[in-house]
Amino acid sequence: MKSNSEGLIIDGVVAYIDRDNIDTDQIIPTEYLKSIKKFGFEDYLFDGWRYKDDGKLGVTKDERVIDENFILNKNPFNESKILLTRDNFGCGSSREHAVWALRDFGIKAVIASSFGDIFYNNSFKNGVLPVMLEKKEIDFLFDQTQQKVLELSINLQKKEINYGEKTISFNVENHLIDRIIYGLDDVDITLKEKDKILDFERTRIEERPWIFK
Amino acid sequence: MKTLYDKLWEEHHVTQLDSGESLLYIDRHYLHEVTSPQAFEGLIKKNLKPWRLNANIATPDHNVPTTRGNNFNSESITDEISKIQVVELDKNCNKFGIKQFDIESNKQGIVHVIGPELGFTIPGMTIVCGDSHTSTHGALGCLAMGIGTSEVEHVLATQCLKVSKLKNMNVRFEGEVDEHVSSKDIVLYLIGQIGTAGGTGYAIEFSGSYISSISVEGRMTICNMAIEAGAKVGLIAPDNKTIEYVKSKSFLDDDTFNQAKEYWKTLKSDDDAKFDKEITIDVSKIKPQVTWGTSPEMVLNYDEPIPTVFDTKDENKKNVELARDYMGIENETKLSDLTFDKVFIGSCTNSRIEDLRQAAEIVKGKTIASNISEAIVVPGSGLVKEQAENEGLDKVFTDAGFIWRDPGCSMCLGMNPDQLKPYERCASTSNRNFEGRQGYLGRTHLMSPIMAAYTAINGTIGDPDEI
Repeated sequence: MKSNSEGLIIDGVVAYIDRDNIDTDQIIPTEYLKSIKKFGFEDYLFDGWRYKDDGKLGVTKDERVIDENFILNKNPFNESKILLTRDNFGCGSSREHAVWALRDFGIKAVIASSFGDIFYNNSFKNGVLPVMLEKKEIDFLFDQTQQKVLELSINLQKKEINYGEKTISFNVENHLIDRIIYGLDDVDITLKEKDKILDFERTRIEERPWIFK
Repeated sequence: MKTLYDKLWEEHHVTQLDSGESLLYIDRHYLHEVTSPQAFEGLIKKNLKPWRLNANIATPDHNVPTTRGNNFNSESITDEISKIQVVELDKNCNKFGIKQFDIESNKQGIVHVIGPELGFTIPGMTIVCGDSHTSTHGALGCLAMGIGTSEVEHVLATQCLKVSKLKNMNVRFEGEVDEHVSSKDIVLYLIGQIGTAGGTGYAIEFSGSYISSISVEGRMTICNMAIEAGAKVGLIAPDNKTIEYVKSKSFLDDDTFNQAKEYWKTLKSDDDAKFDKEITIDVSKIKPQVTWGTSPEMVLNYDEPIPTVFDTKDENKKNVELARDYMGIENETKLSDLTFDKVFIGSCTNSRIEDLRQAAEIVKGKTIASNISEAIVVPGSGLVKEQAENEGLDKVFTDAGFIWRDPGCSMCLGMNPDQLKPYERCASTSNRNFEGRQGYLGRTHLMSPIMAAYTAINGTIGDPDEI
């Protein structure tokens, strides 16, 4: 991410996948969930679509049969930081590995008309920005991808996408944006409330003792 | 004025943070081998310990083999990578002193099956687990949801979840169902109606005369698949059936139980509660449901024609085309035209004793069709397996040609050796028909245990009333 006088920017070529309901099993299949690490998932992003063979954890991109037609295998999309897709992206399982795979590949923002709830939450914890736009704006952007290599610039603080003369605003809660900008750690933030949690717990043990048996 | 969700939210609300999010106190935290290692690693890096040890219950389920037999332990797993993960859970639980029903325990099983059956899930709790099907526990009147690994670490460290409040939806199921229609059909039908994003941003409460009429296990199947309707929370108000169920599993002493019971009776939406969205469905018209495509919303009555691009609205044509192509649907016009290769009865959706009884009823005295190369039954837990064996259900299945397995998630997601081969077509009681879900290029059709059992015997989809 780079910074200019007006705030943090994610920009560049937009890779696009014209499908609804891309579930987390497509973003990263279960095989790779056997890893006990939090990094190193870049070669397994969209594994089922990116390759023409079945993969295994530990087998790298260079050892696989690449599907040259898949967008992330094509120049210049293989270096995209922005992914454009449609409705309900990241539905399905709670696997944070889906966000880790996007992040490790280099995707910093996903633009869609809606997202799975758990995926949406997981994204902000790993520096990936989910951008929700109206369907007609998504249609417009897809139209543009058919005419040329689409390049966009996303301004995080202003919450807007700049495309030539056009500006598309998006909504996202400030605290979520802050998490991406500052890379905040939730555990540290919550532990500042330690006394409140302890108080709450003490009362609860008294009032609902069966929970603590 | 308040919904059940509102009440559970307020009951567990610790504080509101400057960000506007809330800290919710978490009563129960379930852990399994796949989404916990990185969370434990984070905890260790921060030099922290679990906030409240006895809130946590662990079991390995996702990638354990289901052909374990006797004297099997974590080290016996032949897939070296799976073994590392299961051994890692053993190590982390030992290190911190977390209660684990490990691979050698007769109580090991799918985390969402063992929680309620061992009395660790009781009404009014907040429950989380690094697994989206945690919504299952909502069937007992819990606020239960799946979380990511960062949140697993957060809950271990703070006993709280940082969340924003969801909207309220009420789905009323009214009426009586036909003999071979089960709760799986009802929830699949709902998903077909509202779509896999229909419940996004909502906590869905399921209510109505149908919900009252079914067992707690049937209710678990419905809440389990709330996530397939997009809702990470599904919940059902506890009633006498719930209390009886909980009593039969409870390790609480009588006094504590009775005290709890009085509180549980207050856990229901007020008559004048405001929901942001309300849906009423007449269940009496619902036929057995079977999915045809690669999303749970691509679901039909078993005898309906499979959609083609010609009879689909423009905006959906591409989805239908891609799904038909992946599923290998060419000239077939109906689900009954498809030939099946495998049958899977199991998963956190449908591996409880009631599911196995329903399937066994169909299978009894019959033999699986010649085109079915493998039909497996994977009980949800060691206790379900034991109960089924006591009832002789294992024999019913094996006599018919099914394979009777040890508990685990198994072919629901194919992380263990139970997988489809490319292009194999499977009648499955699991919850997701996503591409590759049950194995590379495998084709999954979701259905009830009754319909899966029927398909095993008949070789194709059909009317289970005919058996």
